[in-house]
Amino acid sequence: MLFKPISQNFSDFVIVRENDRCINCEVCVRQCSYEAHYWDDARQCVSHDHTKCVGCHRCEAFCPTGCLTIKKNPADFRDNALWTPTYMKHVYKQGDTGGILLSGMGSPCDKPIYWDNLQLDASQVTNPSIDPLREPMELTTYLGSKPDKVSFEDTPDGPKLTTKVGPQLKLNYPLMFSAMSFGSINLNLHKAMAMAATELGIAYNTGEGGLHPDLYKYGENTIVQVASGRFGVHKDYLNAGSAVEIKIGQGAKPGIGGHLPGEKIDEEVSKTRMCPVGSDAISPAPHHDIYSIEDLLQLIYAIKESTEYKVPVSVKIAAVHNAPAIASGIVRAGADIVVIDGFRGGTGAAPTMIRDNVGIPMELALAAVDNRLRDEGIRNHASLVVAGGVRCSADAIKAIALGADAVYIGTAALVSVGCTLCGRCYTGKCPWGIATNEARLKKRQNPEVAAKRLANLIRAWGHEIQEMLGGMGLNSIESLRGNRDKLRGLGLNEVELDILGVKHAGR
Amino acid sequence: MRRVYPNKDVCIGCHICEVACLTAHSASQDVVIAANEKAVTGLQPCKAVYDKGQISVALSCRHCDSPSCVSACISGALYKDQETGRTCYNEEQCVGCWSCLMACPYGAVRRNVTKGKIIKCDLCEGRDMPACVEACPNGALVFESR
Repeated sequence: MLFKPISQNFSDFVIVRENDRCINCEVCVRQCSYEAHYWDDARQCVSHDHTKCVGCHRCEAFCPTGCLTIKKNPADFRDNALWTPTYMKHVYKQGDTGGILLSGMGSPCDKPIYWDNLQLDASQVTNPSIDPLREPMELTTYLGSKPDKVSFEDTPDGPKLTTKVGPQLKLNYPLMFSAMSFGSINLNLHKAMAMAATELGIAYNTGEGGLHPDLYKYGENTIVQVASGRFGVHKDYLNAGSAVEIKIGQGAKPGIGGHLPGEKIDEEVSKTRMCPVGSDAISPAPHHDIYSIEDLLQLIYAIKESTEYKVPVSVKIAAVHNAPAIASGIVRAGADIVVIDGFRGGTGAAPTMIRDNVGIPMELALAAVDNRLRDEGIRNHASLVVAGGVRCSADAIKAIALGADAVYIGTAALVSVGCTLCGRCYTGKCPWGIATNEARLKKRQNPEVAAKRLANLIRAWGHEIQEMLGGMGLNSIESLRGNRDKLRGLGLNEVELDILGVKHAGR
Repeated sequence: MRRVYPNKDVCIGCHICEVACLTAHSASQDVVIAANEKAVTGLQPCKAVYDKGQISVALSCRHCDSPSCVSACISGALYKDQETGRTCYNEEQCVGCWSCLMACPYGAVRRNVTKGKIIKCDLCEGRDMPACVEACPNGALVFESR
């Protein structure tokens, strides 16, 4: 196209408009925040520019006559097994800019998804299955350190627990909304997550961006995060939530920090994060006060002191090669919850090379960490929460069978409110009103509508988990936790089966 | 009585309510044909979205308790239905003097210049839910009593 660099004309998508159905209402023009649709004054009709389309499908969803379809650009490069168009376009882009490639959302790379190779069991004849619509089915989950043994004393009112149990985070479903900071996503969605978590009796995580004053009232269902930039951290913040999470790493970008562009930092974000308006908010790669497990222990206990030992403290790491040993250290440092974030976890922005090449699948890390903590006899000292790439209730229940206590969902939550994984979160122009703080765009998320959709999603998954549990003859999620006998591998090799601790189907 | 209330905090300015209104008041009830009807019969949506800066809001007839348009109407085409509380409009009686346009404090009365008559929200007579409310993708229009 005229006036465009050649590389931009290899567009990823094409906009297909059925002209006889287009009524020139300009709904697409108003919805597209990338200006791919525009009013063509010369032709006196709506027109479009393929090169600007990011494939978010907002126009397609909103077109009142259904005349728009966004398709993958059918233009094919010459086949080359090594040099696929993805890699060529990366090089073109870097030739243009000389910069690091940025990506949003989790890795789209074709790497093993172990959920798809794990099958659940069901009861037949013996140990009959249970109908959750007729019988009680317990999904309540408590996150926190559990005692090695419990002792009781007899009282006239019956037995009384004498063991002192540490602080616990109670969840009505073994599901939580992942850490997505205020700033990376806007206040409307933070409010929606807070409202949904409160209604459901689960928890959402603030992410590293502080907690907006309007959301303190949802504190009982809030996990407040402390990350390397310490944005928005102060005593009231730490005491506002029902758990505190120290974020060491993130599955989408293990080993590196965060960078919230200044464009996303408006007045409200600035106040909440305690950083200037318009300045980039940079979270360093490491916590500059943590260079060892002993240093981590100091931070954990500093937080426990400032919250008066009333809430569990969680430590989140990315799933990396030595995750089991690191997790063991984290538990020994006094964490009540360990979070493992797998390599398919989402992000608002990550260097593409890191997102697609660093870290390991959460399924393997989870199984390995659970094994290690059991072998060392410290599994009960901390709850294990996993994140990164849980797409459905079956993925979640498989994670629990592999040893997780609860599951964080981030991408699934965003998809439920409209996200189409176009992966341009870092531009701050999210057409679905999610990863944007632009006043006009963020209104696209009505907190009440979004809260309802988020709550619907968790309820739906809850019903499905109950059905699957019932099918296995279990009446409590507790009976499935780490119960890998309920799983069988399908098409996995010996090493994978060994790491996952499951037998192959047929055995 | 139930009225259509806009919520500027969540109105995203997509103008889909206008398209829905146009379709619901068209002869064909088809969105594509309705748009073409516009040029022939002068069909207009009864409501308009006003955008200024960050704010968008969809305005239509408020069905006021004491409507200025009814007082201003010289032909009796506009009247208050005491039973339903709606401000009603009888197109046949309208003489196109535009007095109501001048009188309406909300600018909610519009003109069909082809016919020389006014266009005004009738709360989608015959529909359970006004078309604009049903079509709003973000819950920015509600139909309720306040």
